Amino acid sequence: MKITPTIGMEIHVQLATRTKMFCSTPVEFAAEPNSRTCPVCIGMPGVLPVMNRKAYEYAVVVGLALNCKIAEFTKWDRKSYYYPDLPKNYQISQYDQPLSHGGYLDIPVGEGTKRIGITRAHLEEDAGKNVHDQPGYSGIDLNRAGTPLLEIVSEPDINSAEEAGIYGREVQRLVRYLGVSEADMQKGHMRFEPNVSLWVEPDGGEGYFTPIFEVKNLNSFRALERAVAWVIDYHQAELNRHMAEGKPYTLEAVGKQNWGWRDEAGRGEFQRGKEEAHDYRYFPDPDLVPVVMNEEWLSELKKRVPELPIQKRARFIEQYGVNLADVERIIADRETADLFEAAVGVGCDVRTLVTHFIGLWSRHANDRGCTIAQLEVPAKRMAELARLQHEGHLSATATTDVVSAAFTLDSSRTYAEVATEIGKLQVRDAGQTEQWVEQAMAANEKAVRDAMGNPKKRKAAAGFLRGQVMKLSRGQADPKLVGELIEKRLGELAG
Amino acid sequence: MTGMTAGEIRDAIAGRRMSSREAVQRCLSQIEQFDGQVRAFLSVAADRALDQADRIDGRLAKGEQVGVLAGVPVAVKDNMCTRFGKTTCASKILAEFASPYDATVVAKLEAAGAIIVGKTNLDEFAMGSSTENSGMFVTRNPWNAECVPGGSSGGSAAAVAARMVPAALGSDTGGSIRLPASFCGIVGLKPTYGRVSRYGLVAYGSSLDQIGPMTRDVRDAALLLDVISGHDRRDSTSINAPGTKSAARLDEPIGTLRIGVAKEYLGEGLADEVRAAVESAIDVYRGLGAEVVEVSLPHSEYAIAAYYLIAMAEASSNLSRYDGVHYGYRTPEPDDFIDLYSKSRAEGFGAEVKRRIMLGTYALSSGYYDAYYLKALKVRTLIKGDFVEAFKKCDVLACPVSPTPAFRIGEKIEDPLAMYLGDVYTISLNLAGLPGVSIPAGQSEAGLPIGLQLMGPHLQEERLLQIAHAFEEETDWHTRVPPMADAHAA
Repeated sequence: MKITPTIGMEIHVQLATRTKMFCSTPVEFAAEPNSRTCPVCIGMPGVLPVMNRKAYEYAVVVGLALNCKIAEFTKWDRKSYYYPDLPKNYQISQYDQPLSHGGYLDIPVGEGTKRIGITRAHLEEDAGKNVHDQPGYSGIDLNRAGTPLLEIVSEPDINSAEEAGIYGREVQRLVRYLGVSEADMQKGHMRFEPNVSLWVEPDGGEGYFTPIFEVKNLNSFRALERAVAWVIDYHQAELNRHMAEGKPYTLEAVGKQNWGWRDEAGRGEFQRGKEEAHDYRYFPDPDLVPVVMNEEWLSELKKRVPELPIQKRARFIEQYGVNLADVERIIADRETADLFEAAVGVGCDVRTLVTHFIGLWSRHANDRGCTIAQLEVPAKRMAELARLQHEGHLSATATTDVVSAAFTLDSSRTYAEVATEIGKLQVRDAGQTEQWVEQAMAANEKAVRDAMGNPKKRKAAAGFLRGQVMKLSRGQADPKLVGELIEKRLGELAG
Repeated sequence: MTGMTAGEIRDAIAGRRMSSREAVQRCLSQIEQFDGQVRAFLSVAADRALDQADRIDGRLAKGEQVGVLAGVPVAVKDNMCTRFGKTTCASKILAEFASPYDATVVAKLEAAGAIIVGKTNLDEFAMGSSTENSGMFVTRNPWNAECVPGGSSGGSAAAVAARMVPAALGSDTGGSIRLPASFCGIVGLKPTYGRVSRYGLVAYGSSLDQIGPMTRDVRDAALLLDVISGHDRRDSTSINAPGTKSAARLDEPIGTLRIGVAKEYLGEGLADEVRAAVESAIDVYRGLGAEVVEVSLPHSEYAIAAYYLIAMAEASSNLSRYDGVHYGYRTPEPDDFIDLYSKSRAEGFGAEVKRRIMLGTYALSSGYYDAYYLKALKVRTLIKGDFVEAFKKCDVLACPVSPTPAFRIGEKIEDPLAMYLGDVYTISLNLAGLPGVSIPAGQSEAGLPIGLQLMGPHLQEERLLQIAHAFEEETDWHTRVPPMADAHAA
């Protein structure tokens, strides 16, 4: 018997428009409850929605980046259900004519890529939030109501929890690259709803699907991966149990179910079965006019699609010789990738620059909880640093010190100036270095004797002397030159 | 003054022959005198109206520029949001709703200097043809207090007919301006769908609803339309065209005129005296040199079914927000939140509203959508096509507004189907989104007014009103005053 986990994903992405989907109220996170509302987004009697054109354009740009067909004609539909966080008791969405459909996204899996089909991507308005922080009653915060949401529905092409996570991250990176969403998990900008089933191929029998569980409202990659893994295990266990009892565990027999995820307990929670499925009574919203996409508008939007992460990844490997393990850090976000290329353009050793990006600059970014680009170090300075190290003016350690010092010092000075000031610039002057060697050897006669008299101790003694010279020079001496001069002096003494 | 039209009052105020305060006071005293009997108003904002009038008078005294309706008292149907007072839709569920914003039409009226003296009664959420479905009280026809004023804009029609205000706004989803205008002997105009912003009009059937003026004569209707029409960026369905300039065109010669008569509109079920009034009105146009052409609107027989499916489906969705959580009446002791929804709605809505919500919900349900809602949309397309064909042969269509003059209160209220069938001549126009006007054109033997309906092509309100005005020039039906108001207003 062969079993293949089969997963389709629905991802909701909040678009980073200044104002809401159907009114001009600004979108703002963590504002005073109900302070970011107007009669339209709270569905007052008599109000009418007006489409946010920017949100529509953002959604189309995502559709294009997902290789979707963009509809020439789309309309808005009302999806009806009663819930306290939904002011009108219907949500404006797109039902049978989404603005884009039939695309794909290539995601990095192992050494290669895997193609995930995109069924559709459409726009809708978000609901508010029920707040249960008071005893005896619940509050409703409608600040989020009417925020533009893009729903991206994938084909069931994902086959593991790990792939689900990769796909989620790739979508996050994509919308960030496109500049249409901050995709900040902490702020609830992305929510995942995986539909998980197993494809079962019994030996010699016909294949079938187990029931589909749709896990609702997952808001972190970790929760997504854990929930998918849990459901796969759950299906497997149920399948075994049913088979042992001679009962079918199939989509046909059980249908589709909605499940919640209890993250702290690490397990799913049954919500409702197919019998209780809602009838959303979709119908075209008579308050909104259909959107007609013409050639001119579409070609303008096509220009807004930049090089996508997966393409950039391949190009960086090819063009800069970056290896697979390192490339992720560099193309993590569009601005950082651009910064890297700008530094290359200024002129420096690419290999050293890569080392800095995955080491030095990543550490500073992590410490500040930002991206490398957000460190706001200009490409020119990054190139200068790489050059200084590559040409031997700075040791690797000195590089780190110079950058740390530069962050606290006046940033108008070059790294070379900073290095000089804090005494980290390597001294390659042979005369000065000779003096330090003389001094060190005079002060450590035993080591000199060991080096000269005992072949077994020679290497260790020479190393000790080199360390003493570096100490004397406060790290400014070029270690290679120091080594050469010590050997030369020892040779002369033995002479 | 109670005999004066809005235009005449405007001129008198502008010419300093009358103050706005005086105009408002006279309306208030007329309301005081007659509204106990007619019950046209749900609320009267007397103090605010007098303050506003004083402001206009003050500006005039200083010689400031004022709007085209400066100082003129008007009323608005209580399904249009106003920042002042309540906006109830004559529903218990919205009895306490105070809007934080003004409907676009309200803002436009006030910007033109009009004084809103009060808000008028209607069938709850504009669902009805008699104003008997009001959740508050029944409005009576000023021509005969035993009869309905028509609906759903019955309060606005009765207020204008009884000379309590010279003009009012109504809304028309399936005839709700034209029918009460006809029953009360006044002029009622339903503009092209999208001509007047719906922003702030509490929705009933969103794809059909349209606000329009209800006045004593065509000139006032033109005056008001010119003020309230025009594109509104807050209403996506509002047509991107400048407002009308119909008042200026009224006196132009009507030129070559072809009046279309649709045989489907003069068939079975039409009362003889209504038929006679429509035929003699057509004769008036013949006398003006018009050519009368017979046209056909072959899909008319499906209009009622299509209309009620579409209107109820939209209503079921539009009214779902009144749930006791967000807006409206809230049941005092619910068991849980589902119970809160169902009890609040069960107790807050009236019978007709509940009937329409249930029918509309059913029509949109999975498995029925194609058979009902989708089919209704197809019929709607066919009906639009009928009009396009008809208007190739004529400038306007002339037809009845209602099969009978005003009926008696209680006569049809137990028979919703009979009530729905009374809309047979008005609803096609809403389905097609076209403009139509009802003008006084006769009187029944019992002394009740009979209206003539003129329908025009898309965005042709200016021409339509010009043709309606030509009829007024030849007849005096629009000058007749209900006996009640006449006896006292001398």
